[in-house]
Amino acid sequence: MRIPISWLREFAAVPAGATAEDVMAELVKVGFEEEDVHRPTDTLQGPIVVGQVLSIVKEPQTNGKTINWCQVRVVPEGQEQTLTGDGIDPYGVQGIICGAHNFVAGDKVVVTLPGAVLPGDFRISARKTYGHLSAGMIASVRELGIGDDHDGILVLSRIGLDPEIGTDAMELLGLYDQAAEINVTPDRGYAFSIRGVAREYAHATGTPFTDPAANVQAPQGLTGGYAVTLDDAAPIYGKPGCDRFVARTVSGVDATRPTPPWMTSRLRLAGIRSISLPVDISNYVMLELGQPTHCYDKDKLSGGIVVRRAAAGERLTTLDGKDRALDAGDLLITDGSGPIGIAGVMGGAATEVGDSTSTILVEAAHFDEVSIGRSRRRHKLPSEASKRFERGVDWHVADVAAQRVVDLLVDLAGGTADATGTDVGTAPGAVTITLPAGFAAQRIGIDFTAEQITTSLVDLGATVEASDAGWTVTAPSWRSDLETKEDLTEEIARLVGYDKIPATLPVAPPGRGLTRLQQQRRRLIQALADAGLTEVLSYPFVTKAANDTFGVAEAGAVRSAVKLANPISEEQGFLRTSILPGLIEVAKRNHSRGFRDLAVFESGLVFLPSGTVGTAEIPPLGAKPSDEVLDGLYDGVPDQPFHVAAVFTGHDSPAAAAHTPRAWDWADALDIARFAGDVLGVDLVASQGRHQAFHPGRAALLSLRSGEPVGYAGELHPKLLAAADMPARSVALELNADALFQAAPDVIVARHISAFPVATQDVALVVPADVPADSVLAALREGAGELLEDVALFDVYAGKGIEDGRKSLAFGLRFRAADRTLTADEASAARESAVALAGERFGAVQR
Amino acid sequence: MTETLPGAAIPNPTDEAAINAAVDQAITAIAGAGTLDGLKAVRLAHTGEKSPLSLANREIGALPKDQKAIAGKLMGSSRGKVNKALADRTAELEAENDARILLEETVDVTAAPRRRRAGARHPLSTLQDRVADIFVGMGWEIAEGPEVESEWFNFDALNFKPDHPAREMQDTFFVEPPEAHLVMRTHTSPVQVRSMLEREVPIYVLCPGKVFRTDELDATHTPVFHQFEGLAIDKNLSMADLLGTLEHFTRQMFGDEASVRLRPNYFPFTEPSAELDIWHPGAKGGPRWIEWGGCGMINPNVLRAAGIDPDVYSGFAFGMGIERALMFRNEVGDMRDMIEGDVRFSEHFGMEI
Repeated sequence: MRIPISWLREFAAVPAGATAEDVMAELVKVGFEEEDVHRPTDTLQGPIVVGQVLSIVKEPQTNGKTINWCQVRVVPEGQEQTLTGDGIDPYGVQGIICGAHNFVAGDKVVVTLPGAVLPGDFRISARKTYGHLSAGMIASVRELGIGDDHDGILVLSRIGLDPEIGTDAMELLGLYDQAAEINVTPDRGYAFSIRGVAREYAHATGTPFTDPAANVQAPQGLTGGYAVTLDDAAPIYGKPGCDRFVARTVSGVDATRPTPPWMTSRLRLAGIRSISLPVDISNYVMLELGQPTHCYDKDKLSGGIVVRRAAAGERLTTLDGKDRALDAGDLLITDGSGPIGIAGVMGGAATEVGDSTSTILVEAAHFDEVSIGRSRRRHKLPSEASKRFERGVDWHVADVAAQRVVDLLVDLAGGTADATGTDVGTAPGAVTITLPAGFAAQRIGIDFTAEQITTSLVDLGATVEASDAGWTVTAPSWRSDLETKEDLTEEIARLVGYDKIPATLPVAPPGRGLTRLQQQRRRLIQALADAGLTEVLSYPFVTKAANDTFGVAEAGAVRSAVKLANPISEEQGFLRTSILPGLIEVAKRNHSRGFRDLAVFESGLVFLPSGTVGTAEIPPLGAKPSDEVLDGLYDGVPDQPFHVAAVFTGHDSPAAAAHTPRAWDWADALDIARFAGDVLGVDLVASQGRHQAFHPGRAALLSLRSGEPVGYAGELHPKLLAAADMPARSVALELNADALFQAAPDVIVARHISAFPVATQDVALVVPADVPADSVLAALREGAGELLEDVALFDVYAGKGIEDGRKSLAFGLRFRAADRTLTADEASAARESAVALAGERFGAVQR
Repeated sequence: MTETLPGAAIPNPTDEAAINAAVDQAITAIAGAGTLDGLKAVRLAHTGEKSPLSLANREIGALPKDQKAIAGKLMGSSRGKVNKALADRTAELEAENDARILLEETVDVTAAPRRRRAGARHPLSTLQDRVADIFVGMGWEIAEGPEVESEWFNFDALNFKPDHPAREMQDTFFVEPPEAHLVMRTHTSPVQVRSMLEREVPIYVLCPGKVFRTDELDATHTPVFHQFEGLAIDKNLSMADLLGTLEHFTRQMFGDEASVRLRPNYFPFTEPSAELDIWHPGAKGGPRWIEWGGCGMINPNVLRAAGIDPDVYSGFAFGMGIERALMFRNEVGDMRDMIEGDVRFSEHFGMEI
């Protein structure tokens, strides 16, 4: 909401000379945040005066244009110029070149004299042009920054002005005024008006407030006016769409009269363009009182007004020229011809006021917030009117606003008000709230006096009855947001001042610290960073193709993903089922910035919908749903496990003297994945993996000891890398970290540490080439029995000396007993039994 | 090297002068040896089998009995002197040798390669941990929830009326189909509701996490950002308690000079509601007030939605942005740096914040 300061000053004690900033500094105390300042003088400086064109000499130019060489008087005849400066004529007649042709000698115009500055840092000076010294400029409204019209210069008589020559044109056009723009929260509809803000200014400063509504004498009990019927067959939440409609008639209006500059200036500062006098008046009254009104050309109406819901198939062309299909939920203003307006949102084009309009029907109605909001959303038609109706308008101000419009049409447009009028509808019951004694003090922590409470509430406009038990408060009609004792408590605290609230620190009961899951998550992230990986973030929005590639591994599996109804980019309209697509984008971005050696990781949720998605109904607010309904809500939320993923490209370290960096390879991905398991105490089992995003022969499926798969690690598929313009041999991993967290041991039981000597034995086994080394190792471990302390693969060999299709695996076995020194025979026997099992399972033969 | 000194006669083992001369000769030679190899030759020449002292020693057996003892004593002490000189010189030369080898092994330590790549945390993640730790230290617990959430938890349970304009201010991402009433959470407040449903009062929890709004990415907006929200429900909690909690937290975060200012505002889930500004003593360009979030006393409808009796319990809630904190605390000037994944951004912070 933009508040012209001159307007605010009419109803509140704003000091002379107060700036928009000063006003905002007061309003912020009562909860209106400052947004902006609108001040023409920030970009516009005089001298800018009224001049009269004395003569025009038309001078055709070689380029085909004709320019005017004008003599313009800028001080009254017989007086001397008091301004001095380069290019200022001491006798008050400026010679000015002007390209516009919409004026004649004798017209009064706005002259920007040398020394003036116009918006865009356009500095006016006397300059040689077209063979003359042009000392100033005759301005258009656009050049002055007060309108869009640039078809010609501003001729003052056409906006109804005939000021004395030499008058300060900035004063005349209201350009010394300024506006404070404040943010109005959605609960405070009343503050979308000068009336509401002036009251708040008075609260903030403790100064008197004059209610603009009280300045208007609206007749009571209007009858005999234009017929209006309220006929809502489908009220929303039991509330009729329209519960008051005031209609007034003004005849003999001259709709073509210019809007006076004081009004256009205030409208402009408030952010509203001048359209025509009747429309400007309607907008002006809306800004002043907060009540939107509408002017119909009464001669275009027929058969009386009915306010009703739309019928199937009805259409309306609105004021913006759009033909709209109406919805059965739309509340309409209709006459004998059908719809003539979407109530509270926008009027129809057919009954619009135009230049030829002479009789105006003024509408000031009260509409239901929810109904207006729905129509506005449905038609995507945010208007000044809908903004106010949605947030609540004072039911009691409708007749006042109508009267104010009537008065202005009479004063400014030469109209005559009909003595009759229409006022139908029923006032809603006043809201009465009980505020128990002590409640506000407890809730805020300030020991409010009874007087503070009463005064605050009365200042708001409420009616207050005090008793021993507390206060019975009737909220003012413009405060539909006040419903509960908490609402009143906020108002009391707000008016007394939030800065009076003391600080006390409540002590929470003994807590449990971070949960185990939270600690595991931290440990995992920290360990990966400690291992040399860089943590990054990416967006969860991905393409369908990315989810298909990186999602479920099995060919032909159903890859369901969450789709957004209103994504930022249609292409990336899905939520990730894997973190890798985002990480690959991150890798590419780094490559494009010259960083090729990367080890990046990200952790976060992925979205895996299955079964029911959402719920058809949601329970109402303000009450705990049944357990059954709650379970439905919980179940409808898709699974969102916590994943961790990493991508490696290039080398493990920067090249340096005496150091050869190593290219990341598939084993690094696998190693980091296992490392992630290690730091959580979870043993990950690798097996040959098949995943469409990975190299078919160089990726491992990682599983828990229980067999549950938890992720993949290895080289990304070469075709995928090529298509993504990623370096060949880039590697990656992704793990379902939640599964690791769950698999982590609760209690680790200590193992006996034997101090007896170790006995080591090596064994080389020849097995078929496709036998996984890990399986042979497992057989050795099992076969060797309890004397085996450790076994490790230390060499893989195929080639000369080994039959084709076979490979040699060399293992080191370490034996130790808990209670004695092993003999060589004991160790050898254990080794033989290990080899025997490997032979039995895989045909392994000792080399 | 010869084993005997050329032309040397065999000294008489009873001739003290001759023996002493041989000893002196040996000691001079030992002292003169410059290397371990040289010393080895000296040792052979002066203590080897054919050295004058060894040969003299061998003569003792042929001496008359009365001279044997005298000669034995003389030879013993003489050979002892030589052996000691040898041992001392050996130790000296070995020490010199060791020192020389070490000197030769000198490297230019300033040319050392960095073999181990220093990893890094993302500062949003580090800062979130820092915030959480402060509240954990106050006895609060950390609560989390899903990012795709039922509309009821995100709006209705938080007293957003279905048709209220406040609901639209949230610029919500809706999940297809909209009739399923799922959204990407627009704040971490649904976690508060879940906490209230799952826990017993009194409740003191902090809910950090990712939230989503349909803003295009630019220097000051991002569709995905991070918040932390606090929730306290107990008997007789007041706005003064809210202010005290925020003050304690901001002082842990920004130093003892920091403080908090509340300004009236509106949120559907709190009444009274406030905007919270912090006095940031370390702000770039000097201490000043900085808008950081919203807070207020929990609206009774929110308590009712979780089955908590608002006539018995009251509570407060607050919410702040982590990105915003990173902007004013660490002077990150552009929101895009936080989300684009440029490794320089994280690596500049390393593990710290």
